[in-house]
Amino acid sequence: MRLEVEIAGKTFRNAAGERHDVIAGIAFALDRGEVGVFVGPSGCGKSTMLRILAGLDHDFQGRVSRPVDARLGAVFQEPRLLPWRSVEENVRLVAPLADEAKLSALFEILELKAHRNHFPGELSLGLARRVALARAFAVEPDFLILDEPLASLDAALAARLRDQIALLVDGRSVITLLVTHDVDDAVRLGDRLFLLSPRPARILAELPIRMPRGGRGDAEIAAIKLDIMRRINGDTIEPGA
Amino acid sequence: MLRLLSFAALLATWWIVSLLAGDAKLPPPPAVFAAMIAEAGSGALFFNLGVTLVRVALAFTLAMSLGAAIGYLMGRVRLADRFGDPWLILLLNLPALVVIVLAYIWAGLTEAAAIAAIAINKLPTAVVTLREGARALDASLDEMATVFALPPWKKFRHVILPQLAPYVAAAARSGLSLVWKIVLVAELLGRPNGVGFEIGVAFQLFDVPLLLAYSLSFAAVVLVIETVLVQPFEARASRWRPRAA
Repeated sequence: MRLEVEIAGKTFRNAAGERHDVIAGIAFALDRGEVGVFVGPSGCGKSTMLRILAGLDHDFQGRVSRPVDARLGAVFQEPRLLPWRSVEENVRLVAPLADEAKLSALFEILELKAHRNHFPGELSLGLARRVALARAFAVEPDFLILDEPLASLDAALAARLRDQIALLVDGRSVITLLVTHDVDDAVRLGDRLFLLSPRPARILAELPIRMPRGGRGDAEIAAIKLDIMRRINGDTIEPGA
Repeated sequence: MLRLLSFAALLATWWIVSLLAGDAKLPPPPAVFAAMIAEAGSGALFFNLGVTLVRVALAFTLAMSLGAAIGYLMGRVRLADRFGDPWLILLLNLPALVVIVLAYIWAGLTEAAAIAAIAINKLPTAVVTLREGARALDASLDEMATVFALPPWKKFRHVILPQLAPYVAAAARSGLSLVWKIVLVAELLGRPNGVGFEIGVAFQLFDVPLLLAYSLSFAAVVLVIETVLVQPFEARASRWRPRAA
């Protein structure tokens, strides 16, 4: 099971009829069990790329071969919960096969136990994001898309959730695609890092991190981050470098 | 308490005006209540109210279900919207009387003609409201449903229908008030029973107490249905809102 992506280009036409190139060239492949992390400046076209990969946007040049029959789980930038369904109903709706034990464990991990019967309108944004994570995990995805899942969470909770995401992706062989602008999250979670250019997006560099997630100490992470910062700031690296 | 006071004030105003205007034009409340009791005693009041209610129920159900389906289609499919729009504008602006008279001419003075005419009068407003609702559907939730591969019926039931519920409630509300008004005209023109027919009779005999007796009973039934059926439905449809309006 493998995700192969070759997006040669994607253009938008705005209301005035002007063409805007959003993606200039993104090509990569991910295997089961791999976490690919895309890091890039705001507005560089990351979310557009995710929409294409999630099958929401078919209007682009190139091709995406998604694993056949893969269950897709996604955390969008906004929580996108159904306001008229309770937290538990929101999760159960997309994951009708999930049993009670699994859901309780998930709610326990994400500290949502007290909020099962609340409506999304009664939750803070941080809580709503956790519900969105619970929903994506509950479907036991083969292909997991995470669009800035830890944004707007406090540092301690973000760290705990990051560990939980790591636990999940290590626990079952899932293809994971994470988009973030937090280099720290990227280095702690990713197997392969893709640095994106400003709009129109292309891959500036691909950095594999060979050390297993669990073994990355603070010193290693600092070293990798330093390397990334150097590459981001020195804009001279060619694609594929 | 305030409602009761307001009701008492209305009654008092009626009584005073009836004293000034004279019995022939506006009978005082006791005369009207006496007429009401007499009609109720003979069973005619309940029979006529019942007949009218059945017509309202049938026409309302027909117009709502058809209107919701057409409105949803027009809100979601551009082609349907552009094709249906001229029809909609025509129907919206067609006077109720024209529809009723034509229905009686084409289909005879039948029950089906009356119900169809009432339904056709209500249909376009339901279409317009539901079309607005379908246009306002949240695309991001649509995408969520697509990504998580929700089956179509589940998506409709849990994602789309709750978003349409306020529009359905609004269409039901405004549609019901329209149907209440039109059903009496339809009955007056071509049915041998019902509140509208009785009001027509009372008009021809200049029997103002009888006329008011039927009008007020009818208004009472409308009020009860609004509070017992329509308002609870609206409250239920919006119970997920943190502070219901």
